[in-house]
Amino acid sequence: MLVEILFWAFASILAVSALAMILVKNPVHAAMLLVLCFFTSASIWLLIEAEFLAVVLVLVYVGAVMVLFLFVVMMLDINIEQARTWRTRYALLGGIVAGVVVFQIVSVIWTRSLGLDVTTGAAAQPATYSNTAELGRVLYTDYVYPFELAAVLLLIAIVAAISLTMRKRPGLKLQNISKQVAVNSKDRVRIVKVEATRPDTSSEDPSSSEKGP
Amino acid sequence: MIQLNWLLMISGVLFAISVAGMFINRKNLILLLMCVELLLLAVNFNFVAFSRYLGDINGQIFVFFVLTVAAAESAIGLAILVVLFRERRSINVEDMSTLKG
Repeated sequence: MLVEILFWAFASILAVSALAMILVKNPVHAAMLLVLCFFTSASIWLLIEAEFLAVVLVLVYVGAVMVLFLFVVMMLDINIEQARTWRTRYALLGGIVAGVVVFQIVSVIWTRSLGLDVTTGAAAQPATYSNTAELGRVLYTDYVYPFELAAVLLLIAIVAAISLTMRKRPGLKLQNISKQVAVNSKDRVRIVKVEATRPDTSSEDPSSSEKGP
Repeated sequence: MIQLNWLLMISGVLFAISVAGMFINRKNLILLLMCVELLLLAVNFNFVAFSRYLGDINGQIFVFFVLTVAAAESAIGLAILVVLFRERRSINVEDMSTLKG
């Protein structure tokens, strides 16, 4: 009974925060409400015993992706007043489309359940069951190539994100390291032979004698 | 005991809310990206629910990969957004009409 109460509590928080996320004006508030969505989703996933994915959702989404979102939202200074005028025009259309989507999904759940009894729940796993061990066993055997592909994908994402946002600011003074390393002593110091004494001239310069005291 | 159709309903509601959010916030690129994240979360709900109720762990592996791709997508999407804002000083979708014939 407690599980059902918790489920409905989390589900209502999830729905309300998702609804608030798409309706709030301030992008920072939207990001915070999305964090709440991810937290409640992780709680629901814990309730249906998908522990590893719940922890990954909190770590990856709340810890990394949403922090990135907040960082970008706060770094760009967006005109909130302008953003406020953008909405309201398509709210009705959005509502209608969302209603149609809900209708379709619910009708599919009720009419095409393919012999699966959707009103039953899964039996609880035994206390010795480890979701993480089970996932890892499959991930490193059957799905080892997709796993490595995902790693390569993340590497490509890192390289792409850095190379997209790197830029040279115009006023910035930087050292050119390769030029500094490649420099020779000949390029910097020129040794000029200078006579120690001026060769003695026969006639004294007249201008110097006039200026002298 | 949590029934399968409860989870599917929550997933459908979440999906519909994020679709509506794409219509409502159709000018703001950051909120569009957030709605995509919510959409992927709704899909992941389906995967986890069916994986749990059919007793098949492969569904949770799929969620794992969807999370990976979504993280990469949002990282690159935000990088593009930052570059775009630097060029245009705006993230309004309507300002991006350079390719309009």
